[in-house]
Amino acid sequence: MPAQPFQQDPSVPPSCVVEVTGVPEKVASTEPVQSVRTPIRMEYTYTPGRALSDYLVAMKDKKIIAERCPETGQVFVPPRGVSPVAGVVTAGKVELPATGYVESFNITRVPIATRPDLEPPYCSAWILLDGASISFMGLVINCEPESVKLGTRVRAVWKPDDELEMAATNILGWEPTGEPDVEIPDIERIGQKGDLE
Amino acid sequence: MSKERTAVVGVGQTKYASTRGDVSMAGLLREAAYRALEMAGMTWDDIDAVVMGKAPDFFEGVMMPEIYLAEALGCVGKPIMRVHTAGSVGGSTANVAASMVQSRVHETVLTIAWEKQSESNAMWALSLPQPFTTSVNAGAGGYFSPIMRRYMAMSNAPELIGCMVAFKDRQHALANPYAHLHQHDLTFDQVVESPMLWDPIRYSETCPSSDGACAMILTDEARGDAHDGPVAWIKGTAMRSESNSYGGRNMVSPAASEECANDVFAQAGIHDRRKEIDAVEMYVPFSWYEPMWLESLGFAEKGEGWRMVEDGSTAREGGDLPVNCSGGVLSSNAIGASGMIRFAEAALQVMGQAGDRQVDGCRTALGHAYGGGAQYFAMWIVASDK
Amino acid sequence: MREIAIVSFAQRQEPAITSESEVEFMVPLMQQAKEAVGLRQQDMGFTCSGSSDFLAGQAFSFVMTIDGTGPVPPISESHVEQDGAWALYEAWVKLQCGDVDTAFVYSYGKSSPGSLRDVLATQMDPYYVAPLWPDAFSIEGLAARMLLESGKVSERQLAEIASRSREHASSNPHAVRNTPKSVEEILAEEFVADPLRPSDIPASADGGCAMVLAAGDRARELCDRPVWIRGIDHRIDSHTLGARDLTDAMSARIAAEKAGVGRDKIDFAELHAPFTTSEAVLTEALGLGDDVTINPSGGPLAAHTMMAAGHIRFGEAFERIARGDGDRAVVHATAGPVLQQNMVAVLEGE
Repeated sequence: MPAQPFQQDPSVPPSCVVEVTGVPEKVASTEPVQSVRTPIRMEYTYTPGRALSDYLVAMKDKKIIAERCPETGQVFVPPRGVSPVAGVVTAGKVELPATGYVESFNITRVPIATRPDLEPPYCSAWILLDGASISFMGLVINCEPESVKLGTRVRAVWKPDDELEMAATNILGWEPTGEPDVEIPDIERIGQKGDLE
Repeated sequence: MSKERTAVVGVGQTKYASTRGDVSMAGLLREAAYRALEMAGMTWDDIDAVVMGKAPDFFEGVMMPEIYLAEALGCVGKPIMRVHTAGSVGGSTANVAASMVQSRVHETVLTIAWEKQSESNAMWALSLPQPFTTSVNAGAGGYFSPIMRRYMAMSNAPELIGCMVAFKDRQHALANPYAHLHQHDLTFDQVVESPMLWDPIRYSETCPSSDGACAMILTDEARGDAHDGPVAWIKGTAMRSESNSYGGRNMVSPAASEECANDVFAQAGIHDRRKEIDAVEMYVPFSWYEPMWLESLGFAEKGEGWRMVEDGSTAREGGDLPVNCSGGVLSSNAIGASGMIRFAEAALQVMGQAGDRQVDGCRTALGHAYGGGAQYFAMWIVASDK
Repeated sequence: MREIAIVSFAQRQEPAITSESEVEFMVPLMQQAKEAVGLRQQDMGFTCSGSSDFLAGQAFSFVMTIDGTGPVPPISESHVEQDGAWALYEAWVKLQCGDVDTAFVYSYGKSSPGSLRDVLATQMDPYYVAPLWPDAFSIEGLAARMLLESGKVSERQLAEIASRSREHASSNPHAVRNTPKSVEEILAEEFVADPLRPSDIPASADGGCAMVLAAGDRARELCDRPVWIRGIDHRIDSHTLGARDLTDAMSARIAAEKAGVGRDKIDFAELHAPFTTSEAVLTEALGLGDDVTINPSGGPLAAHTMMAAGHIRFGEAFERIARGDGDRAVVHATAGPVLQQNMVAVLEGE
């Protein structure tokens, strides 16, 4: 089939469209190239860095290690090695309990490519651990997603002991503890320490 | 020494579509650039420098694509820069281009922002395996939906406000020939009944994935004055960034958003924001961000932004503060270009060149963009008067 | 034009930084550059950075690193997906606007997790060239062949450049290739991409740098000897390798002229010349005479931190001038295959 000249959307002014002069006779009978596939493959060997290494190593023992900002006292988990509130290296380690509450959540009803094991619908939530200044995303499991509320208390559900690795995936998710919901005093704010001015 | 007054004299956009298979990346950019040059009555020879922006290079699989695009953008022998500030990049890119003229480093600058997501796989690009973390959310919708739920809880907004925003923007898009989505037969009920993706976000409350480019020509005061055609004068430009994760962070109305707005309104000498701004092009990739940004930008009191949606204040027909007459990001989302489209549509409004989407008597307009975990902000205010 | 100066600088370059993340190794550098002039992040009128997602292997990789600045409360900030030299340029433009007097600029790159020569292949024209996976060394090899054939430079001269870089690098604590090697030893090396030998190619490093810029009297308040950016310009050439003379660098010539390189005597030059061939071409294109010391730091042949290497040239020249080892220097940064995009600046001591 000979190549068709490009048809501009009629609703758009045609001013910039270069005149299509057609296809040379010699190749008129060949199939037009609609697209080319040029797969790219690149391999990277990631290293987690100092703070995240410590965090992952502790995970093997079912411990959650956070780091404290030396200037403001804010506690970051998972730790990234720096305190964004002060622009300094964090170092002081804090072990946090594997309990906290749901700051907010969504109920995901579409499958995601990176987690083929997750069957929608599922609840992904921002979990604020007791003693932490920032929340991080995790799944709320072992309950109906619709039963989750802002302020629901949760605790970590770990992989069986013999499957533990140095990995964040050791926490399969977070399940409701059944304790009363946390009253979130200023519902607009995320995080505990509000007086940063 | 004060800054050089800077004028927008040309705007060019491509038709936005899920796949622009008829053009290469270079062809896509030239389509927008040519239109901007034509509107400005200029040729490549008039351009002193190019400032380009786009979101992650993984979206097309080309590292630092300004390198490959140098010829296509008429840059051989000229300067080109490449800005990347996450989703706000289209706006930041225009602001950087404006600074080139404001500083008198260059007289006339072409600025262009684009994305051709169809050339790669954006979902792949956004979810490259991160070996040290658990992945539990599907793209941006998964990340932002808890913030919207938070807003709904604090404001006690009626549940269907988001659907009202989405329906309004899709109706607006029908007047914009460049918009990706032209859903002529869409009804409000269809929006409400569309499937929940990331509850509380429905399918129809999310943005599409588009290919597209947007370009503008910025020039100095003398050339702006002498320009034989409509001109938008830049009255203020501002950018702010903050960390996306610290204790006490207000994610519904981030400090960076509020400070950026304060800065840009102060530069433009605007005191009563709602009265003095005639149109807003706001970055709303998910419906609920319209009421959230109305509050954060100071057009409404905290917790009250949804009322402006409910009473039709933000509609082009009958509203006193029309928002996203172009159809907004909810109708076209060429990621890297989306911010610049907001800035360009604001310029078109004050130039009186917005065609069927024109707001009558629009003299001052705000362009707004945000990115990252709602942590990068870029804004500008343009006006028809110098 | 306002007078703009570099007032502080900090850098780190190592063969591979595997025990720290980008933000972890950048924070101390950021602090060092700010503390040297007694400023905090809140004192910066503007902040700009340069880095690359393709090096990090992650989209939006710079979002992690901004935390290192301490962006709470929010900062006026921008980022270029380019070498930090262009971040410096953006900050310089912002300072020229006149509404801020100080700017903080940083850049970094960690290429050790991937294969840089392959990653750079994705910079090439995505339709016609990149699918062939031409790696960065092979492309430079093509240009090197043309340069040698043109008679403009000999293999021995390239080896002399390599040998001198190693000699200069021996006194640079940030160099990763600094063991002395004679011209004869270099000429005896096995080819990597014939006619290029291991000593002709950049010494890949991980690292980054941070810098404070200030305008006019503010710069004089902040340090004893500000180093002024007397001229700065950047240009790009055609991407199509067959469309340009690979034995020359047209865009560097224009940038050098606009930056005012020829206006006065130059003491030394810090050139972002990844290959010996790049240095040979640049020396000619920038019009640098025999009396100009080229790359006293050893240059990118001694340590090449992708996305920061051009920026580090500014820093190296700043430190040298600030301590009195020269008064006027040419600084250069590049991007793209075979010196496609070039920035040239002239720095001068107070």
